Amino acid sequence: MDFNDTPEEAEFRNEARAFLDQHLEPKGAKPLRQRVSGEEFMKQAKKWQAAKAKAGYAKITWPKEMGGRGGTPMQQVIWGQEEGKFDSPGGPFTIGLGMCIPTVIAFGSDEHKKRYVQKALLGEEIWCQLFSEPSAGSDVAGLKTRAVKDGDEWVINGQKVWTSGAHYSDYGILLVRTDPKAAKHKGLTMFIVDMKQQGVEARPIHQASGGREFNEVYFTDVRIPDSDRLGEVGQGWKVAIVTLMNERLAVGGSPGPDWSEIMDYAKQAGTMSDTAFRDNLADWYVAAQGYKLTKLRTQTALSKGQTPGPENSIGKIITANQLQDICNSAIEMQDHYGLMTGDEMPADGLFQQSFMWAPGLRIAGGTDEILKNIIAERVLGLPQDVRVDKDIPFDELKQG
Amino acid sequence: MNFDFSDDQKFLGNEARKFLDGECTTQHVREVLNDDAKSHHEGVWQKVKEMGWLGTAIPEEHGGLGLGALELCVLAEEMGRALAPVPFASTVYFFAEGLMVAGSDAQKGAVLPGVASGDVIGCYAASEGPGNPDPAKLSVSFDGSKVSGTKVPVTDGDIATHAIVLAKEGSGASLVLVDLNGPGVTRKSVQTLEPTRSHAEITFDRAVGERLGDAGAGGDLHDAIMNRAAVLLAFEQLGGATRCLEVATDYAKERYAFGRPIGGNQAIKHKLADMYVKNEVARSNCYYGAWALSTDAAELPEAAAAARLAASEAYWFASKENIQTHGGMGFTWEVDCHLFYRRAKLLAVQAGAPKVWKEKLVRALEMKNAA
Repeated sequence: MDFNDTPEEAEFRNEARAFLDQHLEPKGAKPLRQRVSGEEFMKQAKKWQAAKAKAGYAKITWPKEMGGRGGTPMQQVIWGQEEGKFDSPGGPFTIGLGMCIPTVIAFGSDEHKKRYVQKALLGEEIWCQLFSEPSAGSDVAGLKTRAVKDGDEWVINGQKVWTSGAHYSDYGILLVRTDPKAAKHKGLTMFIVDMKQQGVEARPIHQASGGREFNEVYFTDVRIPDSDRLGEVGQGWKVAIVTLMNERLAVGGSPGPDWSEIMDYAKQAGTMSDTAFRDNLADWYVAAQGYKLTKLRTQTALSKGQTPGPENSIGKIITANQLQDICNSAIEMQDHYGLMTGDEMPADGLFQQSFMWAPGLRIAGGTDEILKNIIAERVLGLPQDVRVDKDIPFDELKQG
Repeated sequence: MNFDFSDDQKFLGNEARKFLDGECTTQHVREVLNDDAKSHHEGVWQKVKEMGWLGTAIPEEHGGLGLGALELCVLAEEMGRALAPVPFASTVYFFAEGLMVAGSDAQKGAVLPGVASGDVIGCYAASEGPGNPDPAKLSVSFDGSKVSGTKVPVTDGDIATHAIVLAKEGSGASLVLVDLNGPGVTRKSVQTLEPTRSHAEITFDRAVGERLGDAGAGGDLHDAIMNRAAVLLAFEQLGGATRCLEVATDYAKERYAFGRPIGGNQAIKHKLADMYVKNEVARSNCYYGAWALSTDAAELPEAAAAARLAASEAYWFASKENIQTHGGMGFTWEVDCHLFYRRAKLLAVQAGAPKVWKEKLVRALEMKNAA
């Protein structure tokens, strides 16, 4: 049991570090309020992605012929640790490279791979994932967006929702219903869709937090060639499972202020002596350490060639709930004053900002309840929930 | 980085589990539970001695196996899982570790070989009444050669041959090694929530003792010993909590109500998923504690506190919700659920209750933050 790099790992860490030093500023070098957004941010993000890809850091474990480095999972971990110490504008590519492109690689044709993988790696094209619908969230297989075959093409009509980055994406992977007479999971098919074509309209969702990071996307008589299908007709659910497995690996990490930030604030505010606060702080530390150290156990397993399973689901349950709890406590610690927002507030106003973001985090990428079902069913082997819609044609199901 | 036990250490754990599955079942535990005259299970204890486990972390020069803290952690998890009704924790995690932290070479040489061979049963006498013992306000006193006063409860105090006693000396506190078979020691068994581990009230009346470490260093030495014991107890707690989850999960799959297994209901599924999350948080914190213990890392205070807190919470939750999952059956004497509920409480308060460790943890974080 040790936390030391092997000589090879240390060498890779040094290389990575030197590359990062050359391209980025360390985290915290620039105050939050001076960070760029909008088009300028996207320009910087694309530039950074291209530099990473050219140097072989964009996808370390991918084979070289796919544009990766052909490296080890441990190298990927080391890169993540080092990149995390810098102000890295990585956001717009996470979903594409973490979920969409792996799905294209698994189910796409050679032409697809040639056409899309390299450009996504270089940050020249951005991807989004189009699964959720207004009536299909946790039960995503209940989606209604229709694809009807017309010669060599499919005609798409319907609506997707909660699509991150749809308004700036070039392509998406789209899950639709091709057979409403089949049972829920059996009538689905996956496609690659060109997001810039006629009939695709992305509208920002005004979130409860006030922000507009997500979109709803409307499809009106959008035509997709049959050659842009991923997997067989009716096998869309199988394809989606592969995408979602990758999601659980991609989501995670620290989403906002943690125990150390609220401890810093308590010191400033002179409330460190409050015994109830000290008890809470201990609980937050223990849970946060538990998650951080569980990731190290997973990484050790990865480095030994083992595949991490659904036990990763514990991460978001812990972090999302803790974020909500910490922000709530920080606001109450500030009493009436804590109601105010803005970056001149303590901790640059992050407690207030994350307070409004936390409810979304508990839902996105699998609600607390769905993640607990996954642990119960896939880790503990408990029976599946009752499925009254099983084996019934989709168009005969009750809806509401 | 390799944040896992080695293959050899895992092998040791597997062998221990096989052995305990056969030789230390809950029937053995119940023999002690159901018989007030039994302080421990002599048959299991003899076998534990024969396996050499008592000397796992004791250096070879003192008659031990000279393995490390990591091996002891692996064994602790299995002992906790098996609810072993023997004075292993008292003798090894508190008494032997205490001697190794505080004793002189001569003291170690005199007593540790007896621990390794099983001739010495040790205990640790700190508690004097309600609340965590405060080294600044002890009633038991030491005058440089003799101990006087009453300690209660002392886990395994009725069968131990030796004790480490936390006592007032002058204006400070010291640790004192006492041979309990000497004159001036009176012991009385006390009833507790956890009868599978015996407890005593020990009264010292000018009993002969020798100091471990410097006069007045008792408070610091006590803290150092508690840090080590906390990690080892946490592994016992982890073993127990893991078994509770297994037992509850098995029952939820087999027990039918309303025409299907109760484990198909989300109220049960989510309860067991919560148990799983707490157990994983505990396991990861325990591993970090094991690392800190085995390397004598500067991080040991916060690592030990986090391991103890996570494991205390996990075992408490798992043991109470295991009963709940079993419904009425879980509240019967015959079903094993209450054995874990009892043991969980002993382990959670034996080296300081969670409240005490939360404060220790936050103080450690403050020190680190200030540095």
